Formats: sequence, structure tokens, C-alpha cells
Amino acid sequence: MPVLTGIAPVLAATEAPIQAPSIDYGAIAPVLIILIAACLAVLVEAFVPRASRWGLQVALALLALVLSGLTLVLHLKFVTAAGTTTLAGTVSIDRPAMFLWGTLLVLGLGSLLLIADRTVEPGGYFVAGLDGNGAPDRSPLGRARRAMGGVGAATLLEPTRPAGRTAAYVPSRSAVRTSQTEIFPLTLFALAGMMVFCAANDLLTMFVALEVLSLPLYLMCGLARRRRLLSQEAAVKYFLLGAFASAFFLYGLALLYGYAGSVRLSDIAHAAAGTNRSDALLFGGLGLLVVGLLFKGSVGPFHTWTPDVYQGAPTPITAFMGACTKVAAFGGILRVLTVAFSSTSWEWRGVLWAVAIVSMFVGAIVGLTQTDVKRMIAYSSVAHAGFLLVGAIALTPKGLSGTLFYLISYGFATIAVFGVISLVRTADGEASHLSSWAGLAKRSPLVAGVFTFLLLALAGIPLTSGFIGKFVVFSAGIADGEGPLVVLALIASTIAAFFYLRVIVLMYFSEPSPDGPTVSVPGPFTTAAITLGVLVTLVLGVWPTVVLNWAGGGGFAL
Amino acid sequence: MSGNGAWALVALLLVPLVGGAVVTLLRRDDRVAKYTALGFSLVEFVLAILTLFIYNPNGARIQLSVSVDWIASFGVHLSFGVDGIALVMLAMIALLSPVVIGASWADKLPEGRSAAGYFALLLVLESLVMAVFAATDVFLFYVLFEVMLIPMYFLIGFYGGPRRQYAAVKFFLYSFLGGLLMLASAIGCWSYAQSVTGTGTFDWQTLTTVVSHAPLHTQIWLFMGFFFAFAIKAPLVPFHTWLPDATAEAPIGVGVMLVGVLDKVGIFGFLRYNLPLFPQASKTLAPLLLTLAVIGVLYGSFLAAGQSDMKRFVAYVSVAHFGFIALGVFAFTAQGQVGAVTYMVNHSISTGMLLIVIGMIMARGRSKMIEDYGGMAKVTPILAGMLFLAGLTTLSLPGTNSFVSEFLVLLGSFPTEPVYSILATAGMVLAALYVLWLYQRVMQGPVRGNALVEVASTGPGAASDPAVGAKKIIHDLSGREKLVLAPLVALILLLGFYPKPLLDVVNPSVTATLHSVGVTDQGLTQGGK
Repeated sequence: MPVLTGIAPVLAATEAPIQAPSIDYGAIAPVLIILIAACLAVLVEAFVPRASRWGLQVALALLALVLSGLTLVLHLKFVTAAGTTTLAGTVSIDRPAMFLWGTLLVLGLGSLLLIADRTVEPGGYFVAGLDGNGAPDRSPLGRARRAMGGVGAATLLEPTRPAGRTAAYVPSRSAVRTSQTEIFPLTLFALAGMMVFCAANDLLTMFVALEVLSLPLYLMCGLARRRRLLSQEAAVKYFLLGAFASAFFLYGLALLYGYAGSVRLSDIAHAAAGTNRSDALLFGGLGLLVVGLLFKGSVGPFHTWTPDVYQGAPTPITAFMGACTKVAAFGGILRVLTVAFSSTSWEWRGVLWAVAIVSMFVGAIVGLTQTDVKRMIAYSSVAHAGFLLVGAIALTPKGLSGTLFYLISYGFATIAVFGVISLVRTADGEASHLSSWAGLAKRSPLVAGVFTFLLLALAGIPLTSGFIGKFVVFSAGIADGEGPLVVLALIASTIAAFFYLRVIVLMYFSEPSPDGPTVSVPGPFTTAAITLGVLVTLVLGVWPTVVLNWAGGGGFAL
Repeated sequence: MSGNGAWALVALLLVPLVGGAVVTLLRRDDRVAKYTALGFSLVEFVLAILTLFIYNPNGARIQLSVSVDWIASFGVHLSFGVDGIALVMLAMIALLSPVVIGASWADKLPEGRSAAGYFALLLVLESLVMAVFAATDVFLFYVLFEVMLIPMYFLIGFYGGPRRQYAAVKFFLYSFLGGLLMLASAIGCWSYAQSVTGTGTFDWQTLTTVVSHAPLHTQIWLFMGFFFAFAIKAPLVPFHTWLPDATAEAPIGVGVMLVGVLDKVGIFGFLRYNLPLFPQASKTLAPLLLTLAVIGVLYGSFLAAGQSDMKRFVAYVSVAHFGFIALGVFAFTAQGQVGAVTYMVNHSISTGMLLIVIGMIMARGRSKMIEDYGGMAKVTPILAGMLFLAGLTTLSLPGTNSFVSEFLVLLGSFPTEPVYSILATAGMVLAALYVLWLYQRVMQGPVRGNALVEVASTGPGAASDPAVGAKKIIHDLSGREKLVLAPLVALILLLGFYPKPLLDVVNPSVTATLHSVGVTDQGLTQGGK
């Protein structure tokens, strides 16, 4: 890629013998730990006997997250409010990046707990090689699955070949009894990609991170043990549209490089402050770049993949995508808009106003018509993306801290919501159709109560984190002169509240059907994930001060 | 920091909450749970009486105040305090709660619902509504304003009539939307305070001194957010459509809390937030509000007369009365506002009693349709007398409590707004029509109607003339029911003949409210009562 030559303008300018850039290992240790753990996990897949893999993988992944979190906390006091960059200015080490990393790590921990659970879905959620008797499945579904698996493997596996190959091809009789464990290295790679994505200080690093986080996700979507056709359809759809979005991002990057002569965000900002360059390149580049980012954040009208993928992917993966991808995408959006494009904000803000409005209303209104819980939450996430955008385009410190707070509160609520969804089951898997949730409160008051609390949080009812999140984001919006947008957002919130209420009505006020679903008793992992999500949702709703202060600790490094 | 007697206010807010928790724990035995709930509500009532004595009517604007930091970065405090208006509402809630618990004692709950849950939710609701009236931080007020919807939502949705799901969701969404618009305005106030003083705050007293000097167009925008919330809650026509549904589907006790207490938050909000925070906007927009108020009086009265369902009847009567109250508030005279505030209290008493008596009728006839009753006075004379009394106080007969307030409202609004005042007076005439007509249809004439008479196979003659059928056995009021109604009857007569104590508590706060709008009116010293 010729663009690569522009990556180190600093080095080129000095004309001295090439020096290795100084690397602040302490600062990037959290990412390094996750990446090393991911590589180790691949080795575990290759060399450890199948029987003992699962325990080792879970321990490794959890250990990596905890270690990474610890190094993050230890390094936190070295991060100034203004922030610095490292790796020749390609990675920012600033307070928002630290906050986003911390958010990603705790949300990743929650998702990992759901992923690791083997009690709710016996043997785990993920595809276990061939069918029970080892013979190829001759049903149309089986054929379609093989065809799709083939396509997926051929096109998707470049960066994660060992893991992906095992997932798609290796047949083993014992696979039926033991769980598949490729999901753990995939998750770790995706997580590392997300962490780099929201700390990337130049567009090329950002693009690489985007691919590192996306490719494992495409695969993970297709690994559902049940309803595989749906799952694989989701994976292909996500992959194709995601590839488009990546291409958009890359074209935008190219145009911006043409405009600014650099891919560094601060250089683009510097160039945009001058007047002697082509605005067509700048805004063309910005537009394409933002499309790629908005796609990842499932902001309408770039959300069309969201419902299908949320529905088709295995539920723990949906939780991971819903929570962590959103955090990473909005981390990226915040950084790009604030660092590179704040000087031209009055020229593009109108467009993003429109995008936010479309996203909120599409999410809220189409969400009303959904009959599947996972699709409903998917549309809810589109609406939430619109609300997030209200804070993100404010480009003020309050907008930044508000959006960060919203992300962490939304992430925890989402993980817990999908945790609960995974518990309500019929004989053929999750009972995601809304009608089967009728009268759930009679059968299982605790699960219904927890789910109600989470739905109220998503609706933004006070004393939940969702309310404080909306409050900080909207107040940032009003302070920045987005009054009409905030009023529209409030109306969209009310519309969205209707479909959350509809589920509560179903659970509490309707009679259960006799052949309704059962509520599984969750294993320790799922219990931990749901408890974590609910507790954080409550604590952030009642006493948000600490996290708000942390989120408002400083701005982006320039 | 806390002011004198703050402990009483804190106790007042916490006792029902603790009661709710205790009752939930006792859910295995409905009987014990009921008595515990009643016990807590009586303790609360005693506390409220005590608080009335601690409060000094001629003291500071906000008393018994207590404040703790909540979200420091946004200047949000957990602060409570009362003025005279809030205090009488607290006392009213504390009185209505044991009455409602007593009235719901023998309610038939839907299949599979426990009485303990019902009473626990009632107590939690009591605590939250009290906190709404006592909040002196705008953010806290908003939070409680929304949170109190949740117990109400479940009370209607769990224990209501056949269309309870629809009613509960409608109620929730209407109030939620209003609340969100209010939140936008509250944030607007915060931003405005920040731009003027440098630090944003949600403290009510600070905001009244800062935001009240904002330019008119800013005030109008901010006013509208609060206005929608309170107009939905109050409710003013045309934002009232949720009320008849919610009242019709809610069980009687919940209906009393809804119409008697929850809706008062709307009017209280106008007095506490709209007028002092946005005085210029209030004056500019007063014609709009007065028009809505008078439309409410007439529209509510006509629809009440046309109802065939007794609970919907009460809902429309309330719409008419809320019109009167809003008229008093936006006439900007001391008499009008004192009338409005006392009307809030008196409406709780009279409508509460009307609804409870209708609940007693329904408990006997198992129907809420007026056409199913007739000539009931012959069977149950005391019940008929109670309905008559409740009806008389609803139509504001002199000598009953409502008369004092309605008269003050009309008297106070006539000097400043004669047209609206005259139009609203027509509402008093209509009130006599709908109340007496209801009484006549239900209680007078020969005993008739499906609820009171078996129309079954007693021959062709019986079908055409139900009076011939066999009469069902219907008892008059039981001891418990008399006990439930006794305090209401006593208050109706006491406040009808000697309203001075109530007026004394309310008057200074009303004068202060008017003062913040720029109207100097010495209250009732020259107006008399």
C-alpha cells in the first residue's frame, strides 16, 4: 500500500539515521497483554489436547483481562489530563482512551463470562463440528451450512487462520461432547482490535484495528450451535456489508491523505485549518470515513445489518457485539470528529444531526413492530446509537464525558439483557419470539424482575444508569445549542419506551401459555455476568459521581 | 445541612417506604400484611399531624429542609423541604393512605395476585408521591416524578379491570413523555444558570432567582417543557385522555390515589415551578392556560353528565375540577390561588369519598355501569346518604368543603379575568346536573337494574319490568366501611364551616408564590372568606 510511506512524516522530516520510535510499553501494556494472550490461546488450540482446552482457554482469557485491567489501573496515574502519544504518534495515551479501554475490558469480561457458559446451552453456544453421527448432514440446511461455511472460511480466515479453520472444518466425533474453544482467541483478538481502534491516532492504525476487530466478529457470528442457517446468513451478511464499510473507510482515508498529506488526525486538523486546499477532498474523505465508522456503531441509516446479525449470532456474541463494538465504534467516532474535524464542525454537523434523527426514529419506530426479542434489542441499539451521536457531535468536554458514560452504562445493560435472553428457552433453543415471554413473571419472578429493571434502564427511567446516561448526553447537547435535536431525542425515547413496556406488560400482565418456554437455571458464569450488569446499572443510576468524574478526566491527546 | 424539624420530614418520607419493604416480607400471610400496612399508614398519619405543628406558617419560604450532595459534577442534591402548599398535600396523602387501605381491605383481587403486594405498592407509592411534593431540587423532582409512575403502573397493570394493560401503558407513556419534556427544560434551566452565574445548579431556590430574569423567549421555551409535563399530569384538556382509562381500570383504592393525589402533582408543579421560575412567560401564556382551564370545566362537566360508567364519571368530574383549579392558579390573585390550593385538598377529600362510595356500590352490585342500578336507597339507606353527601361536596354546596375553594376561585378570578370566571360559573350549574342525575339514577325510584335484581326466568313480564324480579340480598354499610368514610365526612363538614386552619397554612406560601410573579396581593386579609 503506497499510503504506508506517509505514516512516519516525523521520521522523514528529521533526515537523521532512522531511529526506532520510542515506545511507552507501560501505556500500551493492556493491549499487548490481550494480544499475547490471544496468540497463546491460538497455540493452546493447536497443541493442548481437546479435553483440557476449555478450562485452559477460559482461565487464560480471564487472566488476560484481569492482568490487562490491572496494568491499566497502575498506569492510570501517569496519564496526564492532556494526554500523550506513543509508537511514533500512532497511538494516543489519554484519559478518554484509558476510559474506553477500561470500559472495553470490563464489558469484555462480562461478555466472556456469557461466552464461557456451558450450563445454559449444554456444551456451550457454539457449533461443534459435524453432527452427532459424524456423517455429513444431507438436509438442505446442512448443505447450505457447508456451502456457507466454505465461503466464510475461504474469505475470512486470513488473519486468524488456525482458529477459524478448526471452527469451520475439523470434524471430530468427540466434538459433539466437548465444547469448541476457538471462540476464546477470536474474542481476545477482537477485543485487542477494539482497544487499538479507540486509541488510534492516525487513520491507518485505525483501519488496521478496524479489520482486526471485525474479522473475528464476522466469524464469531456464524458459530451458533443452533439455528445454524440463520447464524451463517448473519455472518455472511455482516461480512459483506462490513467489507463495504471498510472499503468506504479506506476510500475516505485515501482522500484525506490526498487532502492533508498525512493520515495523522492532528495533521488533518492542521490542514483543515488552512484554506488553500480542496474542500471536495476534505468533505468527500470525511463523509466516506464517517460512513465506515457509523456502520460499525450501527447508526441508522447504516444499521441494516444490525437486526439480522443480532438475531442470528449466538447470544453471547450478540452481547459482545452490542456492548463492545458500540464502545469501540463510538470511541473512534469521538476521536476522529474531535481531533481531526472540530475546526470544520459547523460544515458537517448538520448532516450528523440528520443521521442522529434518522437513527433515533428508525430504531424507535421499527423497533415497535418487532416480534423477536433479539431483533427488538437490535433496533433499540440503533435508537441508542442516535442518542449517543447527540453527545458525540457536541464536541465539548461535557459531550465527551457524557458519551463515554452513556457507553459504559449502555454496555452493561446490554450484556445483562442478552444474558437474560439466553436463559429463556424451549426445547429447540432460545425462545426469542416475544409471544413466548408472556406470563414469565409467574413462572420466574426473579428473571422477570431483573429483565424489567434492565428494560427500564434501556428506556431511561430514573434511578437506572440509562437515565443518567441520557441525562448527561442530552444536557451536553442542550448546552451546545442542540435544543431541537434533544427534544426530538426525547420524543424518540418515549416511542422506544413503548416497546420496552410492551415486554414488561407481556411478562407481568399476560397469562403464560401452557407450552411456554422454561427458564434455565444459569450457571455461575452467566449468573456472574448478569449480576455484574445489573449491579453496575443500579449503581451508576443511583451514584454516578465517580464514573462521571473519571469520564470527565481529560480530553483527547492532539 | 438540615433545618429545624427536618427529621420529621425525613421520617415522613421513609416510614411508608420501610412499611412497603416490611409488608413485602410478610407476604406469606395476607392478613398480617394488611394489618402491618394499615399500622404503617397510621403511624405516617400521626407523623404528618406532628409535622403540621412543627411547621411555622409565617416562617421561611421552605422549611424543614434537608440537603445532601448527590451528583456533585452536575450540582444535583438530594434536598427536601416543604412550604405551606406542599405541607397540606403531604397531610392529605397521609390521611388518604389509611383510608384507601381501609377501603381496599376486602377487595377481590385478580386471580393469583396477593394482597400483600398490593398494599406494599400502595405504601411505596405514598412515599414517592410525598417525596415529589417535598423535593426542592429540580432534578430530584424530575427523578421522583418519573419513578412514582412505576408503582402506579404495576398497581393498575396487576390489580386493575379487564383493560388494565392498555390503561397502564397509556398512563405510563403519557406521563413519561411529559416528564422527558420537563427534563429538557430542567436541563435548559441548568444551562441558563451556568451561563449566567458560572455554575450550573438544580437548586430550586437558586433557580428562582436566576432563571426568573431570563429573556421572555427563553422563559417561554423552558415554560413549555414544564407545562406539558404538568398539563398531562393534572390533566388539562386536551391532555386528559389517559385519565378516564386509568381511573376506569384501576381498582378503587388506586383510583383514589390517582385522582386524589398523583394528579395534584400537576397543579402543584404549576405553582411551585412554572410561576416562580418563569414569571413573565406565565403571565404571557396565562390566556392560553385560562382557555384550557375553562374548556376543561365545561368539557369535563358535559362528558361527566354523559357517562354510563361510574368510574369514568369520576374521572371527568375531576377533569372539570382541575379546570377550576387551573383557573384559580392563573388568575394571579391571592384569593384565586388560595382557592386553587385549598381546592386541591378539598378535591382529594370529595372526589376520594365519591370514588370510595362508588367502590362500595360496585362491591355490592358487581358492575360499574349506572344502568345496572336503580332505587338502591331503599335497600341501603346509609350508603345512599353517603353518595348524596359525596355528591353535594362534589357540586360544591355551601357548607361543604369544596364550596369555600370554588367560591374563592371564582371570586379571585372575576376581578382580573371576568370572562373566564363567568364561563366557569356555568360549570357549577352543570355540576348540579351531573351529580344529582347520577344520584337519581342509582339511588332513587323503584329497585331495578341487573346488579340489584335477578332478571332470570321469572316469566315474560319480568323481562320487560325488571322491578318485578327477585331482589338480590344486599347489605348496607359494614362497620369497616363506616369507619373508612367517617374521617372524610368529618373533614367535609369541618372544612366547610371552619376552613381557617387550612387557609392559614396555605396563605403565606401563596403570597410568596404570587410575589415571585410580581403580583403584590396581601392575601385574604381584606378578601375574607
